[in-house]
Amino acid sequence: MSAVLQNLVNQPYKHGFVTDIESDIAPKGLNEETIRLISAKKNEPEWLLAFRLGAYRKWLGMEEPKWSTVRYPEIDFQAISYYSAPKPRKKLNSMDEVDPELLRTFEKLGVPMHERAALAGVAVDVIFDSVSVATTYKQKLAEVGIIFCSISEAVHMHPDLVRQYLGTVVPVGDNYYAALNSAVFTDGTFCFIPKGVRCPMDLSTYFRINTEESGQFERTLIIAEEGASVSYLEGCTAPRFDTNQLHAAVVELVALNDADIKYSTVQNWYAGDENGVGGIYNFVTKRGLAKGVNSRISWTQVETGSAITWKYPSCVLLGENSVGEFYSVAVTNHHQQADTGTKMVHLGRNTRSTIVSKGISAGHSHNSYRGLVRVAPTAAGARNYSQCDSMLVGDACSANTFPYIQVRNHTAKVEHEASTSKIGEDQLFYFAQRGIGNEEAVSMIINGFCKDVFQQLPMEFAVEATKLLGFKLEGSVG
Amino acid sequence: MIRADSDIVLEVHGLRATVNDIEILKGIDLTVRRGEIHAIMGTNGSGKSTLAKVLAGHEAYRVTGGSVVFEGGNLLDLEPEARARAGVFLAFQYPIEIPGVANSHFLRLAYNTLRAQRGEEELDPLEFEDFVRDKMKLLEMNPDFLDRGVNEGFSGGEKKRNEILQMALLEPRLAILDETDSGLDIDALRIVTQGVNRLANRDNAIILVTHYQRMLNHIVPDYVHVMESGRIVKTGEKSLALELETRGYDWVSGERRAAAGV
Repeated sequence: MSAVLQNLVNQPYKHGFVTDIESDIAPKGLNEETIRLISAKKNEPEWLLAFRLGAYRKWLGMEEPKWSTVRYPEIDFQAISYYSAPKPRKKLNSMDEVDPELLRTFEKLGVPMHERAALAGVAVDVIFDSVSVATTYKQKLAEVGIIFCSISEAVHMHPDLVRQYLGTVVPVGDNYYAALNSAVFTDGTFCFIPKGVRCPMDLSTYFRINTEESGQFERTLIIAEEGASVSYLEGCTAPRFDTNQLHAAVVELVALNDADIKYSTVQNWYAGDENGVGGIYNFVTKRGLAKGVNSRISWTQVETGSAITWKYPSCVLLGENSVGEFYSVAVTNHHQQADTGTKMVHLGRNTRSTIVSKGISAGHSHNSYRGLVRVAPTAAGARNYSQCDSMLVGDACSANTFPYIQVRNHTAKVEHEASTSKIGEDQLFYFAQRGIGNEEAVSMIINGFCKDVFQQLPMEFAVEATKLLGFKLEGSVG
Repeated sequence: MIRADSDIVLEVHGLRATVNDIEILKGIDLTVRRGEIHAIMGTNGSGKSTLAKVLAGHEAYRVTGGSVVFEGGNLLDLEPEARARAGVFLAFQYPIEIPGVANSHFLRLAYNTLRAQRGEEELDPLEFEDFVRDKMKLLEMNPDFLDRGVNEGFSGGEKKRNEILQMALLEPRLAILDETDSGLDIDALRIVTQGVNRLANRDNAIILVTHYQRMLNHIVPDYVHVMESGRIVKTGEKSLALELETRGYDWVSGERRAAAGV
């Protein structure tokens, strides 16, 4: 690989700073006492403690999955602190009361809070470590009956809804990390769009991991009732640390008849340094249940961060004519590893799914697409189209595609296309010969490659994603 | 700029170059003046495409000797993009595909980069569209070319037309056309060569790198050079190309061997 390409892809992480806020951290280690402590700290009802303990007991009997291509040292689950919260001075009534240090952190990250949020028309439910600090636009959303709050708050304010849906899409024993999350999740987002309501704005949450060695176990639950629709944005950055941090989130989506949920993610957690030291382990379970007739669930993700990304945002297409979509860009550099893709499970008649995956590998990284398309005997007329493209930057990286296709209904139609390409000297030379420098060329090539995914993102996110890939692969001016 | 001979666009002297440590160019001498069209012919592997790429600054080739003066300055000192901005244009033998990048976007960026270099204001997308559509008529190109990805799924002929369209936009001082005739059917060859002829004028110069003389039926060169084993071994007028067509490249090699007494 040429020196130019090397320099372009070796940009240091731009969000590597630590905010000095007094944290309330639980002692390291995991046992029933830890879980009771979390539950007590959060003043939770008995049923939720039972949910957690049930998950914990399942987890004890489970084994860490080893089937992916990702490689990492064994995780010591007893060396992790499972609860960490910034200590509020008092109950916060407005943004003015938020710790100024915290606000400065948001500013450094460019989080569009308060006025900026108002201008952009985005409601930001900010998660700082594990406790929600502020929620904006709640009032306006409440007017149309939308509930958008932290899941802890929802447990207290809307216990019946939480209890009705929590763990119904991702059961507590679904997989090792989902079980762990169900046992120890500290906070996350809850969103409920009532019947017939189209959410008037994109809902957005910025996550930020801030305490060293505190595992992050976010829990998100989004429900769209009959005829409801919502677009939800999740954006993430994290400060620079040398110690690996485990992040095992669970996201559950439920779409009833004619409901539409669009979930977009831009993930830029600390990826480790150029030698592969440090970085976040991002082991996430995301699943949407297209429960109702004509319902639709769409995942769009731009994954650029984390030392290891291991996730498969999936759709269970239960309702007749329901639609599942997965649009993904995964960028890996240095020693990053990504094993990501989706599962489309067709259960209902005439269900349709689309998969568009773009993997970009640079440096010594490994980037795998792994996807399952399953058509059940009940899914007459099901259709799937998959397109998986990989792009290699340099000679030391790798890209893999693992498509799994299981069809049990002869009326189903499944298509799969795949390609691999390389940003080579010849492409850069072509641009150069037209007077266009390498940085701009790489940016254009990458954005062209990712176009089908970026155009699925909400406008502001698309701009952010383009910039992020710029940081990641070409460096910024100055 | 004051130059001893301001007519000279390109002066190549004793140019040597290697790729993967294998010497391909073994001392090229070539002088190109304003308003001239030079054809460089030769068998496969004679080094003619290498010469084109070395002049444009391809990274894979290492210059090991000699000099190249372009418009009075040392061309070899410049990065490939600086050479392009200075007015050296290479029409690629195999134009590169850039999926997902709209041709209009790519063309506009290239054109605006050049305008910025000249201290002119950039054209916005609408202004550029009017400008480029005029140029496209020259090459009988369908306007939907603009919306397609750069060379993405283009036929061989479409790719070559797209190259000449870029030449029309960038108005280079020196255009090097590397086997632009290869892969063209008769109609496409006519359109492309007509385009080149309209772009040729008293102020610019053109180097045609070609294997066959058929392109020279359409674009009449002032000089024909024959390359063999990394050297220009024979230079003549247009008639030389016709003679090559009938007698073959072996004729030049044989003549040289005879002259050397081998």
